[in-house]
Amino acid sequence: MVKTPFILRWFLRLLVVAYLVLLVAWPVSLVVRNTFADGFDALAHTFSDPYVVHALKLTAIVAVVSVVINTVFGVTMSLLLVRNTFRGRRILSVLLDIPMSVSPVVVGLALVLVYSPTQGWFGPTLANWGLQVVFSTPGIVMATVFVALPLVIREVVPTLQEVGDEQEWAARSLGANSFQTFTRITLPSIRWAVIYGVVLSLARSLGEYGAVKVVSGNIVGKTQTATLIVEERYQNFDQPTAYATAFLLASAAVACLVVVALLRPKHTAS
Amino acid sequence: MTTATTLTPETGVRPGRAARKRRPARAVSALTRSSGLALGVSLVWFSLLVLIPLAAVVVQASTGGWDGFVKVLQNPQTSAALKLTVVQALGVTLLNVVMGTTIAWVLVRDRFRGAAILDVIIDIPFALPTIVAGLVLLSLYGPKSPIDVNVASTRAAVFLALAFVTLPFVVRTVQPVLEELDTDVEEAASSLGATRLYTFRRVILPSLVPAIVAGAGMAFARGIAEYGSLVLLSGNLPFKTEVASVRIISSIEGGNTASAAVVATILLVIALVVIVALDLLQRRVTKRW
Repeated sequence: MVKTPFILRWFLRLLVVAYLVLLVAWPVSLVVRNTFADGFDALAHTFSDPYVVHALKLTAIVAVVSVVINTVFGVTMSLLLVRNTFRGRRILSVLLDIPMSVSPVVVGLALVLVYSPTQGWFGPTLANWGLQVVFSTPGIVMATVFVALPLVIREVVPTLQEVGDEQEWAARSLGANSFQTFTRITLPSIRWAVIYGVVLSLARSLGEYGAVKVVSGNIVGKTQTATLIVEERYQNFDQPTAYATAFLLASAAVACLVVVALLRPKHTAS
Repeated sequence: MTTATTLTPETGVRPGRAARKRRPARAVSALTRSSGLALGVSLVWFSLLVLIPLAAVVVQASTGGWDGFVKVLQNPQTSAALKLTVVQALGVTLLNVVMGTTIAWVLVRDRFRGAAILDVIIDIPFALPTIVAGLVLLSLYGPKSPIDVNVASTRAAVFLALAFVTLPFVVRTVQPVLEELDTDVEEAASSLGATRLYTFRRVILPSLVPAIVAGAGMAFARGIAEYGSLVLLSGNLPFKTEVASVRIISSIEGGNTASAAVVATILLVIALVVIVALDLLQRRVTKRW
């Protein structure tokens, strides 16, 4: 390797470290400091607030349901895209990437336009059937599923391409039916990609804010999620609660990162 | 980004194995009854969740006709918000091209002690909820800043928030390419008398450009779309720090869905253009390899 000159190397090193410390590391560490400024008081106070507890529960439920939906959809879609050819496959794979690039606010607006019980395309009909989507939990789930949609697919598709389908065909020729082939051959070979996608989806689902804000109606104690609590409390000068809730969300995010970092080498080695 | 679209053709395997891999082509490609059903169900779900709602945005935007569309854009507050969004996203993209490439370079070529920690720090903006990202930045650069830098409710705050959330894109696209890069070519260039700058410009940079462009495209798309991290930090002042997403929210809250849909459609079109451009770019790059 061509050696970079000593001075340039140190200059670049310092520049990068300073940039990352000022932009990410220092601000993040301050949130931790602010949370524990009075020891565990802020956290204890937060957990005794019924609205916050309700919001945390709602966030957890919504995240789990969304991850399950996206995992089933993602694995099915990946198998269809990789193992089959059909008309429009390429367009479909481009369309599946849209949710990542659309502004969360646009996602929220789109769902309201279709599922709002008063003015949406399908909303009034669904409301007649007794199913309220927007300003209710199903809407929050839909918004969360929407924004995290491509994450599982992006992990599973390259792995499926890499492992090929020779073993699947061997199993089929030996008499396994498609369900046996899937559970015994396909699923084990894409296991790490699925887990990786699930963890990424979970992190994204726990933290969704913009789309949920539009869709949920932000009804305190009912459809208010953890991220919405952070905003509301900060603006209402209840900063300890805002910081403590943010700390919980950030810890969950970092935990997901750590899991991914631990999985990554294993996943590429297998 | 568009991994779903990099379908390598089956024929890309070594020629010696091709003969053995031959099998009834129809069985691989055609949809069986059960996979056809699965495709149908998946498409219905995808349409109900994504395609129909996004179409509804475009339909809602076009109810006022072309005149209605133009009228919304002529609203000075809306056009100011759109201009601010595009300018800030472009500025942040440029910053990311320079800093992202530099960070990737340092992480790959200068593995010093502690570089592994930097590697984790890069991913934090990806994982952190956007509202928390805003709060995080506010604690160092807000009114209670321990270093007395208060950028809250200024345009610098918008730039700062966008720089935070877009940090990983260029780094994470350039890093793997740099790792794969053969250092032999660089050594050959320098042994033939090329200066370091010349080697970088003519040997290294050309192979990095597709990755840099891809990362920049994603950073731009994210910058255009950003909302959550700006809520607490930028103050959302009309004509000053109000970006397009915030404008959409205030239109929705004010009951003006038509105008919200117009701005949303513009954001949607920009996102689509970036996705298609990245898809085409990736196709060209994979073909060349």
